[in-house]
Amino acid sequence: MPQWIAACATDDVDPEDVISFEHAGNAYAVYRSPDDAFFATDGHCTHERELLCDGLVMGGVIECPKHNGRFDYTSGKALGAPVLVDVRTYPTKVEDGTVYIEVP
Amino acid sequence: MTGPGGVVPGGVVVVGAGECGTRAALALREEGYAGPVTLVGGEPGHPYERPPLSKAVLSGAADLTPLCTPERLVDAGVTHLAGVAATALDVRAHEVALADGRVLGYERLLLATGARARPLPGALVLRSHADAVALQARLRPGTRVGVVGGGFIGLEVAATAAGLGCAVTVVEAAPRLMGRAVPERLAARVAARHAEAGVAVRCASPVARLEPGRIVLADGQVVETDVVVAGIGSAPETALAAAAGLAVADGIVVDGSLATSAPDVFAAGDCCSFPHPLYDDRRVRLESWRAAQEQGVHAARALLGDPEPYAAVPWFWSDQYELSLQVAGLPGAATEEVVRVRPDGAELWFGLDAGRLVAVAGIGTGTAVAKDVRIGELLIAQRAAPDPAALADPGVALKPLLRAPSPVG
Ligand SMILES: Cc1cc2nc3c(=O)[nH]c(=O)nc-3n(C[C@H](O)[C@H](O)[C@H](O)COP(=O)(O)OP(=O)(O)OC[C@H]3O[C@@H](n4cnc5c(N)ncnc54)[C@H](O)[C@@H]3O)c2cc1C
Ligand code: FES
Repeated sequence: MPQWIAACATDDVDPEDVISFEHAGNAYAVYRSPDDAFFATDGHCTHERELLCDGLVMGGVIECPKHNGRFDYTSGKALGAPVLVDVRTYPTKVEDGTVYIEVP
Repeated sequence: MTGPGGVVPGGVVVVGAGECGTRAALALREEGYAGPVTLVGGEPGHPYERPPLSKAVLSGAADLTPLCTPERLVDAGVTHLAGVAATALDVRAHEVALADGRVLGYERLLLATGARARPLPGALVLRSHADAVALQARLRPGTRVGVVGGGFIGLEVAATAAGLGCAVTVVEAAPRLMGRAVPERLAARVAARHAEAGVAVRCASPVARLEPGRIVLADGQVVETDVVVAGIGSAPETALAAAAGLAVADGIVVDGSLATSAPDVFAAGDCCSFPHPLYDDRRVRLESWRAAQEQGVHAARALLGDPEPYAAVPWFWSDQYELSLQVAGLPGAATEEVVRVRPDGAELWFGLDAGRLVAVAGIGTGTAVAKDVRIGELLIAQRAAPDPAALADPGVALKPLLRAPSPVG
């Protein structure tokens, strides 16, 4: 059953940045775009399963910290080698300064 | 049918199915080229990534990482000839001869032949999957492993072998590890980590000769070994190009758009030497996984007619134990240096020349330094001249420097 989970406070994520969030043994990455929208993806890169949260966010793109594989974090789309597989995304919502993500 | 740039069937032949050649073959399709693409690879099997060969593949923690799914090559209509070397190139006739007797005509040719490990008689080397399999079979707990050469590959092998319980000695001729490519301070940290893992690191120890069961050093000392691995650098694979009369000088000589001295022949990846616009068009030959990828994509565009010069900032990483090292730019181009020590113990080194940032290197646990090195790389690409005091201060965020107008260039 999908459920909404409180991931963090909006202030926990700088604009154009990412933090990690763990729930039920799974890692998620929570992003704040330059225009203050929130997004969430799987925490791990699809190349060698490195955690994405140490990576650089530029605009709507997260770069994996390990080998610079790039994803559009708003859609999960892999943007070219070495990442060949899209990263899974999750719905988000903000209520009273808290970011929620919907996990399956 | 004619693709972009007027390339017609006869098509594109790519020699070398490594990181660079495979990416190039796929990129030709992504760029909309519709003619025949033939990828000629001297190694058997499906194209794979080399970096894990000294890391997770050697330790047995992971299988080979394919460069793409086999279906992807099929879907892209790339004809991959595996285990077939190109043996001769006739640039006038626009033909390349293969070891199995076939001759392929081409409209455009890409040489992505990579590099080979410099051999040392009596020692194993590590360049291919076959090399990794042969080496792994020798690494058992207690095995005395002698590593000749304290560069990345030698040190990654040392770290992996130590992790497998081997008794490892690294001998390096130079006074310190990873001489050319890594700043001294970071190299010292790597050396200390090896010592902590029980690896004996002997710098300033040139090898006189290998004898069965031992390495004899120039000063007469002896290192007893069960297996010796040489990590003494690589030599660009230029035989095909040189025999065809192409300009070769520590790599196949190419211009800014990766074109060789022969018409319609391009070269990219570890095999080529190119002028770098960020470094006064100094010729560089990289041995870097990311450059091989980027140059493969760039060459695909170039041979379809795009004249844009290749200008990406050089970048590589190395993993040893839990530490990861990343280097962007050319540390050798720096005349001043600035160090930033972060509260988490990670260290960054910035190299400047006449105020301009020309290199950045970082070492830390896991991916700790990745973001800072990446921002440094973007600053290098912008030809930025950041304030050295800001670079040194771990309290100053680097990302805002990217937007600051640069006083230079
Ligand atoms: C063990 C190891 C670990 C590494 N680790 C890192 C790392 O951590 N970070 C990093 O940045 N880089 C690393 N590298 C470097 C990186 O793998 C190379 O820079 C990259 O593979 C270069 O790609 P390339 O396609 O130019 O050459 P290659 O990968 O060498 O591919 C060239 C291919 O061409 C084939 N070939 C050559 N001549 C012919 C011919 N005449 N006919 C047909 N085929 C031919 C070769 O057999 C080979 O398959 C590592 C390399 C090795 C060997
Ligand atoms: S692990 Fe993310 S790009 Fe390799």
